[in-house]
Amino acid sequence: MILAATPAGADGQLQQAHSQYVLRLADTSLVLGQRLAEWIGHAPALEEDLALANVSLDLIGQARLLLTYAGELEGQGRDEDALAFLRDAPEFRNLALAEQPNGDFAHTIVRHWLIDAWQLEIYAGLERGVDTRLAAIAAKAIRETRYHYRFSSGWLVRLGDGTEESHERMQRALADLWRFTPELFTPDELDERMSAAGIAPSLAELAPRWSARVTEDVRLATLALPAAQPYPWHGKRGVHTEHLGYLLAEMQHLQRTYPGAHW
Amino acid sequence: MVGGAADSSAREREVWQLLEGIPDPEIPVLSIVDLGIVRAVRQEADGRLRVAITPTYSGCPATDVIRCQVRAALDARGYADAVLEEVLSPPWTSDWLTSAGREKLRRFGIAPPEEAVSSPRQLRGSPAVSCPRCGSRETERVSEFGSTPCKAHYRCRACAEPFDYFKCL
Repeated sequence: MILAATPAGADGQLQQAHSQYVLRLADTSLVLGQRLAEWIGHAPALEEDLALANVSLDLIGQARLLLTYAGELEGQGRDEDALAFLRDAPEFRNLALAEQPNGDFAHTIVRHWLIDAWQLEIYAGLERGVDTRLAAIAAKAIRETRYHYRFSSGWLVRLGDGTEESHERMQRALADLWRFTPELFTPDELDERMSAAGIAPSLAELAPRWSARVTEDVRLATLALPAAQPYPWHGKRGVHTEHLGYLLAEMQHLQRTYPGAHW
Repeated sequence: MVGGAADSSAREREVWQLLEGIPDPEIPVLSIVDLGIVRAVRQEADGRLRVAITPTYSGCPATDVIRCQVRAALDARGYADAVLEEVLSPPWTSDWLTSAGREKLRRFGIAPPEEAVSSPRQLRGSPAVSCPRCGSRETERVSEFGSTPCKAHYRCRACAEPFDYFKCL
């Protein structure tokens, strides 16, 4: 691969790592935003249809800012559209949790709440980082994420502490999705490199804050936290579950069929 | 150069006025200046004009439309070489709405935010919202999300009218 536009040597390597890190954040927002958009016209009530569409729009907006930045850091002339629509699944760097299917409303809420709580910590950390562009995106995004978290944690408690049926569905969703949570705070080499450079927060420092928040919400929702489980998925390294390919097939259909088409 | 400085501030004022004439695509009673989207209009030392705008919500589809409208207005006024830049920091919040903008919103039937985004009631998600029609504070939230990214859905218990609330973020 030719990396002519980027600095050579150690600086160039760091910049490519930086680009990959931003791509991870971008892809998680993009894929989760696409998932939520699948609910449009199908949500249990009109208000929830609007809510999910609005949250989806915020996430896709965050993804656009992040993808543009990742493309600039990469230095190969790929813009937000090229990155969103012309990459295959193994090149996506989102958390495996984000690509899990919508399932019932309980699965959608639990998945969203787990990622909202994660984004709250990540964005707060990025706001304090040395990368001023990323800090500005995070400062903007965290305001929206607080609003999303109020929605998702509100439903978590209402449905968890609701009827027998809603309680059982929420507990099942939590059991199904919990196995994807170790990826949220297990740092790999790239995470460690970014946190050493002062760009990213240290995941080890954020993990207890996320755990405390999630544990408290689960208590309020009268649910039980599942036991820790092994961690075979590495979405942020491009190792995905089978579901991402189907999501991309739909999301990328237009650009794959009519390359370069625009409105 | 005293004359040069006066010229450039006159030009900046003219451009502010021009931008005040651009309506928000979603809420046309508000100009983009009322919304607090225009961050700066500066005459640079090299003679070029620099205009800085900021997006409201990350995913607001109106942002692209606004950017095109500002560009077109600048071009039409003879500022084709003006630099239009987007700034993110400090992030836009509903606190950037001008007081004139708030009043326009209320008269249009959309309840404006009454408190700063960092007020304790805002942080708990239970702000005081007055009905834009009858002024009653006896209102209730129907949904935290509404027809556009910037609005929530409310209902007045006094006059029974449903209405939009410009949400605080």
